[in-house]
Amino acid sequence: MIVSLIFALALGLILSWAGETAEPAMKDLILATTTSTQDSGLLDALLPLFEKETGYRVKTIAVGTGQSLAMAAKGAADVVLCHDPESEKNLVDAGAVINYQLVMHNDYLIVGPPDDPAGVKGKSSVEALKAVMAGESFFISRGDDSGTNKKELSLWKQADLIPSGRKNYLESGQGMGATLQMASEKRAYTLTDRGTYLSQKGHLKLEVLSEGGKSLLNIYHVMQVNPEKFDRVNAKGAKAFVEFLIATQTQKMIGEFGRGKFGQSLFSPDAGKSM
Amino acid sequence: MGVIADGFKEAFRLLVTLNDEVLGITLRTIQVSGASTLISVLLGIPAGTVVALNRFFGRGFLINLINFGMGLAPVVVGLAVWLCFSRYGPMGMLDLLYTPTAMVVAQTIIAFPVVTGLTLAAIQSVNPKMRLQMLGLGATRGQYFLLLIWEGRLGILAAIIAGFGRVISEVGASMMVGGNVRGYTRVLTTATVMEIGKGRFELATALSILLLLLNFFIVSVMSHLQQRGKN
Repeated sequence: MIVSLIFALALGLILSWAGETAEPAMKDLILATTTSTQDSGLLDALLPLFEKETGYRVKTIAVGTGQSLAMAAKGAADVVLCHDPESEKNLVDAGAVINYQLVMHNDYLIVGPPDDPAGVKGKSSVEALKAVMAGESFFISRGDDSGTNKKELSLWKQADLIPSGRKNYLESGQGMGATLQMASEKRAYTLTDRGTYLSQKGHLKLEVLSEGGKSLLNIYHVMQVNPEKFDRVNAKGAKAFVEFLIATQTQKMIGEFGRGKFGQSLFSPDAGKSM
Repeated sequence: MGVIADGFKEAFRLLVTLNDEVLGITLRTIQVSGASTLISVLLGIPAGTVVALNRFFGRGFLINLINFGMGLAPVVVGLAVWLCFSRYGPMGMLDLLYTPTAMVVAQTIIAFPVVTGLTLAAIQSVNPKMRLQMLGLGATRGQYFLLLIWEGRLGILAAIIAGFGRVISEVGASMMVGGNVRGYTRVLTTATVMEIGKGRFELATALSILLLLLNFFIVSVMSHLQQRGKN
């Protein structure tokens, strides 16, 4: 008796889902983006508006930059929002993406323990990294081919240093949040984007030690995966999304995002400007 | 310790206020893992029984494969299913990537060997004399099958519990093939990982508590059935 009751309940629950998936064709749009973009909360604020306006359902797949660009190169996504202009350029040149538009920027920070044993405070980004390597403190790298990781590696290149293999250089292989937590626990230094740092500050024992300057700029572009190369992409949806992101109204919202929660904007809108 | 206490408070608050998003995530967790377990059970119990009872060429190898499958790393299954369902993959035309259906497929692949292998063991441990007795009393093939499953029901219920436990706690494959899309493929495990990554520990703890409670409740019911059947 109880068995059949439970079975019926289970079946009912499962069948109610079967009904759900048989809903009328809502146009699905696969947006490949990065974990830091998703974690900033910006998409949670913007996407519902886009979906309401256009009727598309956006499937946000937040993975590392490397993976999102690889997805674009395979035609596995429809539109990409990313922040690694150097790697994105390769895709543009190869014709894998079209309609490449500048959206916004924010910046990276070098954070570290409040007592700053490596004496990084006030130094430029490149000098700061040199100082960390010269000392005993650890530096935690994302080590995951993300936009942040690639920015970090370009800074090491500018500093003319090869950090990998050194005993105070650790690679977390994880997202920004996890990497910040690791740095906080180990009293180490790391490179982070401002957005993730601000939203996690309460849990961390890390302070901003180096900021500003062109080398720490974090620039976001949106692009469509080329429908001529990959015939299965949702080209209309992707185009609508690109247009939405660079529209004046959306750009205004991007500029205001974060003010309420953090007292400062997380992003600076840039559509239409030249890099 | 404070985080865990805050986590409990947050879990309580989410449940009592019937938070829409969390309820949706919990319901989806039950649906996806429930469907996978159901399919694995419908396929696995007969499969395990057939392998237990019959001698055929390659049986030993097949049993090896089933046992190997019980320990199959979920993230590997996730990668394989992702490659299969990705747009230009062999089954890309089905448009199943980043859907709950894809998650059910992956989870079923993970649970099926567990249910099959444990059923196999349960049937094999039914007293052989009892088997002879059934046949001797004139049981048809079908009756023989069903009677054996009944005799092995303790082990088989354990197989179901193990299969369910494996998939409801799974995160690697679900994340890869589901994509953790808000309101669509987000389940308790993938949501927890995401909240940890965001540094929202209290919420992550709350979601973990909900997951554990859900797991505990469902498994309790199954255990009760199992132990009742002992008489």
